[in-house]
Amino acid sequence: MLLRSQYPDASPICGGTDLMVDVNFGRARPPTLLDLTSVEDIDSWELIDDGRTVRIGAGMSYTRIIDEVSGPCPALAQAARTIGSPQIRNRGTVAGNLATASPAGDSHPALLACWAQVEVESVRGPRLIDIDDFFVGPKRSALEPDELIRAVRVPAATGPQQFAKVGPRNAMVIATVSFALNLDAAAGRVGTGIGSAGPTPLRARAAEQMLEDVLADRQTSATQEAGGWQTSATQKAGGWRRGTADRQWGEAPSVGRPRRQDPPAVGDRVAREFGALVAEAASPIDDVRGSAQYRRHALSVLARRCLNWALADLEADA
Amino acid sequence: MTVTGPTMTVTETPTRTATPSVVDGVGASAARPDGLPKVDGSFIYSSDEYHDGSLWGVTLRSPHPRARILGIDTSQAEGLDGVRCVLTHRDVPGSRTYGMKVYDQPVLAFDEVRYQGEPVAVVAATHPEIARRACDLIVVDYEELVPDTDPEMSLTGQVEGLFGGGLARHIKIRHGDVGAARAAADVVIEGRYELGTQDPAFLGPESGLAVPLGDGGVELYVSCQNLHLDQQQVADCLDLPLDKVRLVLSGVGGAFGGKEDLNVHIHACMLALRTARPVRMVYSREESFFGHVHRHPAIADIELGASRDGRLVFSKVRLVLDGGAYTSTSQVVIANGCYFAAGAYDVANVEIDGFATYTNNPPCGAMRGFGAVQSCYAIESAMDRLAAALDMHPLELRMRNAISEGDLLPTGQPVDGPAPVQEILAYLRDLPLPPDADHEAADMRARPGGVGNVTRGEGIRRGVGYALGMKAIGFSGGMDDTCTARVTVWIRDGEPVAEVYCAGPELGQGVVTLEAQIARSELGVRTVELRDKDTDIEESGASSASRQSWMTAGAVAGACGLVRDEILARAAAYLGRPAAGLVLDGREIRDQDGQRLVSVADVLGPESVSHPFTYRHRPTEPVDPERGQGNAHIAFAYAAHRAVVDVDIELGLVRVVEMATAQDVGKAMNPAGVEGQIEGGTVQGLGLAVMEELQITGGRIRNPSFTDYLIPTMLDVPPMPMKIFEFPHPDSPYGLNGVGEPPNLSSTPAVLNALRNATGLELPRAPVRPSDLVVEPSVQTGIA
Ligand SMILES: Cc1cc2nc3c(=O)[nH]c(=O)nc-3n(C[C@H](O)[C@H](O)[C@H](O)COP(=O)(O)OP(=O)(O)OC[C@H]3O[C@@H](n4cnc5c(N)ncnc54)[C@H](O)[C@@H]3O)c2cc1C
Repeated sequence: MLLRSQYPDASPICGGTDLMVDVNFGRARPPTLLDLTSVEDIDSWELIDDGRTVRIGAGMSYTRIIDEVSGPCPALAQAARTIGSPQIRNRGTVAGNLATASPAGDSHPALLACWAQVEVESVRGPRLIDIDDFFVGPKRSALEPDELIRAVRVPAATGPQQFAKVGPRNAMVIATVSFALNLDAAAGRVGTGIGSAGPTPLRARAAEQMLEDVLADRQTSATQEAGGWQTSATQKAGGWRRGTADRQWGEAPSVGRPRRQDPPAVGDRVAREFGALVAEAASPIDDVRGSAQYRRHALSVLARRCLNWALADLEADA
Repeated sequence: MTVTGPTMTVTETPTRTATPSVVDGVGASAARPDGLPKVDGSFIYSSDEYHDGSLWGVTLRSPHPRARILGIDTSQAEGLDGVRCVLTHRDVPGSRTYGMKVYDQPVLAFDEVRYQGEPVAVVAATHPEIARRACDLIVVDYEELVPDTDPEMSLTGQVEGLFGGGLARHIKIRHGDVGAARAAADVVIEGRYELGTQDPAFLGPESGLAVPLGDGGVELYVSCQNLHLDQQQVADCLDLPLDKVRLVLSGVGGAFGGKEDLNVHIHACMLALRTARPVRMVYSREESFFGHVHRHPAIADIELGASRDGRLVFSKVRLVLDGGAYTSTSQVVIANGCYFAAGAYDVANVEIDGFATYTNNPPCGAMRGFGAVQSCYAIESAMDRLAAALDMHPLELRMRNAISEGDLLPTGQPVDGPAPVQEILAYLRDLPLPPDADHEAADMRARPGGVGNVTRGEGIRRGVGYALGMKAIGFSGGMDDTCTARVTVWIRDGEPVAEVYCAGPELGQGVVTLEAQIARSELGVRTVELRDKDTDIEESGASSASRQSWMTAGAVAGACGLVRDEILARAAAYLGRPAAGLVLDGREIRDQDGQRLVSVADVLGPESVSHPFTYRHRPTEPVDPERGQGNAHIAFAYAAHRAVVDVDIELGLVRVVEMATAQDVGKAMNPAGVEGQIEGGTVQGLGLAVMEELQITGGRIRNPSFTDYLIPTMLDVPPMPMKIFEFPHPDSPYGLNGVGEPPNLSSTPAVLNALRNATGLELPRAPVRPSDLVVEPSVQTGIA
């Protein structure tokens, strides 16, 4: 922190997978680099908040996120799987992704959907920034110039999570659009995140609200049959706690593993409406990676599919 | 094989694959000499070239696609600490322009800049960062002009401000009577097909090192495709005689045609001569996209007529290739595109009009396939449309019309040499299709969208598509094409050692491997040393047109023959018996019965035997300008592909499931190398089908980076079952045929046809983008 304040125009560097690209393209010529990889504790994770939150150190690579926290953070881990190539995942970090604050940063939709918090610190002290307040413009964040990201706090999953990303190549591609979904079974909340479809990563509030209502209704009408929205959580000792109590986090999540498509519980109409609301929440542009029209369309498809998969997971858990 | 040269005429050079004791001779998958160094990182690419005390050269380029230069002020840049010199057009010692065919490209812009990224000034400094900062300090006073970027306007030849009014060349081919054939045809289809701009996307950027010599000359270590043609242009622009400009081939990190035109050459030499210091230049990745030519974007209008039973009766093609700001090879690319615009089919009535244009778009030139990629994409797309109109299987339509030996091409030339198109297509017909995917069970990497996790089977449809391609091998149209090699044999530690010296550039295609294989086969030696490739020997011609293996093999085998003859003659003198009965078998001289007579070491003693040999292929003639008729080609090569694709028709994402291919290579000189070429060409074609496009708007490149110019990754490349046919070519060394370009032709249209088959869409433009492939309109947005 001291160094940070002493060298105000130094660029912090973690994996270097963004920064060095800028340097190579002549877009950045930092006079000084502040290497964060040697900072203590920065590349580890822990459960805090009575096991309800995963605290991921700023220097933890995507590879380790995939290997070590995909249980409690399935959407973030799935996003990490889609990032770059093995080399990039070995070096790149969520902190670097956040500090770059690109609307196409793949961790962002997952962090939004999970209501993550960014732990930052400067000589003036630490503070927590809600993810909803973090992205303030294209490649602009709420980070003050002298602040460093120390960690990211991600509430552990209590229900199904999904992340999906569209790009014209089957690997190592910047998202044309991406979408994350989090069914917080314990709290009865729905979280969403949209990438590459606006000046910043976005949340689809109307879609979240609609789905929360539908799931709540379904629960009320289904209480007798004990098959509703929160039942899996309530019956099995409270959502994610079941997980921490019964098994080690870290096993492979269901995300991305194909499964038989169970008939979606809420029906295709709801899924389509959800997709439409997600698409409406976006404000995409035309650029080399795709048209605004295609982006909206693809988002609606992604949101619909993610919802169907998440609901199938929810049924399976019940 | 007949080979002739200035030193001696040899008829019937032996085509035997020499003695059985030969290891890694012709026909073996010998390991590449540059393989291990490339893998372990010790290989010296042109960007690694280093010399003590070298300066760094950096290029200032035009930000505008078209502007008049009113003035250039370099004073501030020159004042920057560490800057050794700043050069502009005023400092070009000789010709102000250069070019492969026409000298029209300025060394440094002097009146106007005609494309975005055109070089305007060069700086030498002690550090690349200082040189870059100096570039920022150069003040160029531009008067921006409206760029002309529409090739359809240019082909009228009426656009003021463009060379030739915009028209670089109009090719006409007339064969038979299209009017009469159209009237008689049962079925006629029409189509327009467009192709975007592909970039060669080599990984090794343009780079080199120029070293000034004490005598006023200069030595240039550079990656390129034709040392001697480059040497000529560099010498002309430096106003130096050829013997004062020495080029040495450095490690080439890929070329694909994009390194046939000069890049750092003249600039580095100018800076080195001016500062009297060695100068290194290495383009950045972004700069590289502006520093080389691209594949011509194309618009093709095709009309095909057939009888009810699927016999082609006429073919009418109009092909427009936009060459951008300068000529490069446009005039030859359009010719080659037109020669094969009617495809590998026997069709009696043909009318082809091809136009190469100038615009203020980025310059286009040679790229793997050389015009035939564009025309193959168009004709093969149209063939599928015709098959649909005839309600006939697309493969059956192709087999009914496939060209065979003796058929006349649209240029009137009879097809000679093997034309095993039926065999090639039959392989694809008989090859079982890959099993249907179980998307719910499969790894997500096997599905459209790959690791993006976008589908578990929703929206996926499978399609199968076929395409056939044909292209000439070697230089056509009356060019006297030569290749010289020198082979030297001497004794080291009792063992004969052969050195091969030939300037044919190694781009990664493996010609160096072949040089050694041929020496081993012809001389039976174990140890072959390959000398650096430079301009001290006579020319070898370009590594282009799939010609270098053919030409180099002719030259090296010829030189080996002369060396062998001399060793045997010396052995004869040593033994006091006629040379006729002697056989050279590696380290021994034997008689006809295999009896050892004397060792080569004893015959040669401390002396060496060394011979150059110049190989020429058979003469060709230019086509006539009015009807495009003439025997322009030395050989033809054929390949075909069957593509199987899965398409997510809601998201428009593609997974190519399999690319099966068959190709006739005459003789697989190095089977592993042949497979590598076929795989690489197929992948480059796949890239052009589904992702590789330089997006250009108003003359500006919008995606000059590997972030947004996408090339296939491992996860985009499917299994490639392949059949390599070896029908020996009668005119070539060892019966070989060119291999590098053919797999690049049919790959793109095979994928397109498979996508059309999967989606039912017309897909008139490639590369297809996801939005082009969305079949089911989203309820909300109505995209279709
Ligand atoms: C080939 C390639 C493919 C890629 N693919 C993807 C992709 O698919 N999806 C995607 O989202 N991104 C992708 N990226 C971008 C990049 O990998 C990610 O954004 C990554 O998360 C950056 O992390 P890093 O640790 O490497 O950041 P760095 O490059 O080290 O830093 C990035 C920025 O963050 C600042 N910074 C770093 N750490 C801190 C900190 N602790 N506190 C404050 N500021 C900090 C740096 O000063 C710099 O401005 C790709 C990059 C490459 C080169």
